[in-house]
Amino acid sequence: MSDDALLPAAVETVRRVREDPHRLGHRDPHAGGPVAGTGQGMTGPATKRIIVGYGFWLFLLSDIVMFSCFFAAFAVQHDATAGGPAMRELVDVPRVGWQTAALLLSSYTCGLSFAATNLRNKLWTQIFLLITGLLGLAFVIMELIEFVELAHRGITPQVSGMLTAFFGLVGLHGLHVTVAGMWLLTMMAQVQLKGFRPEIVHRLICFNLFWHALDIVWIGIFTIVYLMGAIS
Amino acid sequence: MRVSRSSGQEQPGLRARGAFALLALPLTLGACAGGILDPIGPVGNDNAQILIDATLIMLVIVVPTILLAFFIAWRYRASNTKAEYLPYWSYSGRIEAVVWAIPILTIMFIGGVIVIGSYRLDPFRPLPSAVPPLEVEVVSLDWKWLFIYPEQRIATVNQLVIPAGRPVHFRLTSGSVLNTFFVPQLGSMIYTMPGMVSQLHLQADRPALTWGQSAHFSGDGFSDMQFQVRSVAPAEFAAWTQGARGTGAVLDLPTYAQLARQSHRNPPVTFRDVDPRLFQAIAMQRIPPAPGPEPASPEHAGREVTPAGRSH
Amino acid sequence: MFGKLSWSAIPWHEPIPLMTGLVLILAIAGTLGLITYKKWWPYLWHEWITSVDHKRIGIMYVLLGVLGLVRGFADAIMMRSQQAMAVGGGEGYLTPEHYNQVFSAHGTIMIFFAAMPLVIGFMNFVTPLQLGVRDVAFPTMNSVSFWLTASGFLLINVSLFVGEFARTGWLPYPPLSGSEYSPGVGVDYYLWAVQISGIGTLMTGINFVTTVLKMRCPGMSLLRMPIFCWTVLASSLIIVAVFPILTATLAMLSLDRVFGWHYFTADLGGNPMMFMNLIWAWGHPEVYILVLPAFGIFSEVFSTFSGKPLFGYRSMVAATMFICIVSLMTWLHHFFTMGSGPAVNAAFGISTSIIAVGTGVKIYNWIFTMYGGRVRFGVPMLWSLGFVFTFVIGGMTGVLLAVPPADFIVHNSMFLVAHFHNVIIGGVVFALFAGLHYWFPKAFGFRLHEGWGVAAFWFHFLGFWLTFTPLYILGLQGMTRRLQHVNISEWSGMLSVSALGVAVTTIGVVCQIVMLLVSILQREKLKDLTGDPWDGRSLEWATPSPAPFFNFAVTPNVEGEEAYWGIKTRAIESQQLSAEPKYAPIEMPVHSPVGFYTAAFATVTGFALIWQIWWLAGLGLLGAWAGFVVFAWRDVHEFHVPVEEVARVDRARREAREALLERIAAEGASA
Repeated sequence: MSDDALLPAAVETVRRVREDPHRLGHRDPHAGGPVAGTGQGMTGPATKRIIVGYGFWLFLLSDIVMFSCFFAAFAVQHDATAGGPAMRELVDVPRVGWQTAALLLSSYTCGLSFAATNLRNKLWTQIFLLITGLLGLAFVIMELIEFVELAHRGITPQVSGMLTAFFGLVGLHGLHVTVAGMWLLTMMAQVQLKGFRPEIVHRLICFNLFWHALDIVWIGIFTIVYLMGAIS
Repeated sequence: MRVSRSSGQEQPGLRARGAFALLALPLTLGACAGGILDPIGPVGNDNAQILIDATLIMLVIVVPTILLAFFIAWRYRASNTKAEYLPYWSYSGRIEAVVWAIPILTIMFIGGVIVIGSYRLDPFRPLPSAVPPLEVEVVSLDWKWLFIYPEQRIATVNQLVIPAGRPVHFRLTSGSVLNTFFVPQLGSMIYTMPGMVSQLHLQADRPALTWGQSAHFSGDGFSDMQFQVRSVAPAEFAAWTQGARGTGAVLDLPTYAQLARQSHRNPPVTFRDVDPRLFQAIAMQRIPPAPGPEPASPEHAGREVTPAGRSH
Repeated sequence: MFGKLSWSAIPWHEPIPLMTGLVLILAIAGTLGLITYKKWWPYLWHEWITSVDHKRIGIMYVLLGVLGLVRGFADAIMMRSQQAMAVGGGEGYLTPEHYNQVFSAHGTIMIFFAAMPLVIGFMNFVTPLQLGVRDVAFPTMNSVSFWLTASGFLLINVSLFVGEFARTGWLPYPPLSGSEYSPGVGVDYYLWAVQISGIGTLMTGINFVTTVLKMRCPGMSLLRMPIFCWTVLASSLIIVAVFPILTATLAMLSLDRVFGWHYFTADLGGNPMMFMNLIWAWGHPEVYILVLPAFGIFSEVFSTFSGKPLFGYRSMVAATMFICIVSLMTWLHHFFTMGSGPAVNAAFGISTSIIAVGTGVKIYNWIFTMYGGRVRFGVPMLWSLGFVFTFVIGGMTGVLLAVPPADFIVHNSMFLVAHFHNVIIGGVVFALFAGLHYWFPKAFGFRLHEGWGVAAFWFHFLGFWLTFTPLYILGLQGMTRRLQHVNISEWSGMLSVSALGVAVTTIGVVCQIVMLLVSILQREKLKDLTGDPWDGRSLEWATPSPAPFFNFAVTPNVEGEEAYWGIKTRAIESQQLSAEPKYAPIEMPVHSPVGFYTAAFATVTGFALIWQIWWLAGLGLLGAWAGFVVFAWRDVHEFHVPVEEVARVDRARREAREALLERIAAEGASA
């Protein structure tokens, strides 16, 4: 039972908070009423929106575990230079600064696009999604240029364990951003052709979560790989 | 210079010798098959003792538990109307307390065994002894064992001779893939890893003929990766060392490169001279790791063909 | 053009894989031909292949798992017979090249394509029914999960006759599994089969955590949930936590092999020890993923067949979650002998032993469930009692292995092999057989033949002990694992006894096949008329057998633990059913081919990556992507079940229940 399609999400949230301020979920199962189950306690199954968001959060956590393995490999192998170049020689701080700026800004515009989605405003949703996508594209292009330049200097993952771990971690993140970019294009097409149907809104929620999570991972990479590498 | 395939691999001239080794190996090993519960040294003794003690501790819990389960199942079988039926009884604080306490106490006991045992039997820990340990360096290759005696400047393949009553300090590495050095009657085993040096301290208390193996699967020739272990009286050990210095080839770099190539069913040989820095060079990978399979022909696309793998 | 693939990839000169491959192709072709001839394709496509119904998917998972068991067991027969023959100079009939593939395939298939699908199949079938809901949280993703697992299994079987399989053991340790020492495609087949099915399993984990935590019927708080659902939750939490580690590690190994990277190579900064840590950080929790739902099955069986609630429900919940968390902290016990030092070894030894506390508590709680009960020795109960005996001993040997200095003399020996088979067979396999017997009527509407089930149990039980006791002894005599031939002739006696044990187990398997055939032939006589053949206590027994596709006509409203038991006793005491509920139309998810299509493209992509046919891999990925987009474009994702249909099905159920009530009343009057 969802009024999702009718009410802007923010108003719906506020109404639920007023009815159940401490989110105890202890509702009398025999009572009727518009507030659906939250899945917590005894209130019955949660709405599709809660379920989709919850499942996607679990996926994000699993993705972070996967990134942790690559972080761990980097931590183990960051000194295994096998006579080749060390991290210090790879880091181009200005470029990394621009990449970070692009990605952080794209997170902001992504948030703005979701605010527009909450107001069911198609034009501004699309505009901000487009800006987000372009910023993400800029990020990926800068990363590709970095990799190509390193390759020209003979710095490739085949040279040492440290470089393997570096390219693996940074490359995995770049791959995620690229896939997210393809997802973004698909979402823009869906919003354009189908509007703000409940399942489209649910997917936009998931997309937003994914994009922000990638930003957080980048902050980790930027700090541990680039900044700490530059000063090592 | 491409070294021709000769020693160790199946070649017409060596087939007779290989056949002998084939027969001799099982017979030799059969004659001296002693297991881990038949140790001949202090380390193996302690290992086995801990295993037995832990088993007894666990049996004290396990046997009554199993008997209780069968007794209860039998006593409360449906056809036994004399047993009381308690269809709503599903909680008892006292039983819960006991039920949690038994495993906790048992595990605390085992935990003590674990901590004390792990420290006492740390492979890196030297054994208390009046005599200084014998140094032996071990290199696992595909699919044989190379033993270097740096102080005596000799080396052997698939044959370990040690003096009885004297601790042996092993330093181990691998020239190819992961293996595990294990002499069941001497006790603790340890991995050999490329680019790393692990250590082990063992001792045989009396003269004996026993055997060792690799306890970690390492490829096609793995099943024949056993070696003869002889602990002998110190005088006999000195004599053996002298004898080895007089015969056999020199283990120089080209010979090592040849040895490192994949082969199996290598008969025991000794080398009369070896550079004492060889082990370090292998461990630090100044000598590159041994090559992998060299298929006889590329006829099987995607499926490696090695002599060891196809041997019957 | 075709990467490394050429006609010589087919083992023209090796009779055993060639014959097996041919038999497999004929069997598959025969099955497909039969289906075509009988015009079953529309039915199969609409009702099974594209199904998003958790019950159908669960049954397909179980079917896949049974196929995996058969193939894995065939490998086991080959291994035991080879070792029994190739002793003290004998050569056996398998060269090392083949034997090494056989034991690698045995382990890989048994874990990934037998045990996992079977356990997940039970999770799928039972959980929504026990929670009182109509399906899992993400039904279409459920279908994708299943078909990805099937895709992995297909790839493994293709390796039989195109190329080879890995020769590294079921966990491919580098550097042996690197491109230098395993240049063939075998390891790649392993990597992609497991990687693809691993993605499916991760999706299952996400699906079931969400289902258990967010989709329970009204009134069913977490502490009113059947204990099986708690174990499903714990197992799924572990899946979400550790399967990404597997994905990452296998990806790293693939990068090493294909592109010459240096995660795990022997030189240039690679670190094989890192592989051991990563893979076992996944590998140990994996076995708890398998065993926790097995414990859940036993909890259900013990309580139902004793006629009593489970003893110490909250204690069991605590023990389950305790095991769930601690299982993530024990992985180093798989390589105590790697030389990590006494402090590290002792710490992991202690954490490993601590898990025994949780398991011990469970065993005692099951014993006290029987206490004061009326124990019926049906086939599921036989398996459960066999489990208590077998698993407790296996657990004991596990605690022995958890003591590092003891492990130093039995690591990687036949003692270890006997231990883990002891706990996996005694724990997981026995549970699966018990569960199969227990829930078969719910799935198909008729019970399995009891007599053949009893025979199967005894042959399996005796066969197990006959097979593995000699292996314990051989381990104590120093025999290491994975030997293609055995050079110590004294061991031939024990090896022969073990081979005999496999023969006895085979008789058990034959008994199970006969049991299935006889049950099908006698299905009218064995029909489950009421939906509650075992006097059950949880909500799945409130439905008719087989359950209707929407599970419950009206979502139950639960008022205590053991939801169905309360409903049943009230009905029996008042000698009437509760009032007929007010029926409403039901919305159910539509079926979808996206799972099948995704897996088809995944298989193509996997095969292409194995043989390094890059353009084909690209096409496969593109196809999978396109499939997703097409699926995402659909406008209809639910269909309505009209209220008349709901009422019709439920009234039939109520008639059957009234008949049962009358029968119980009559028995009560005559007693």
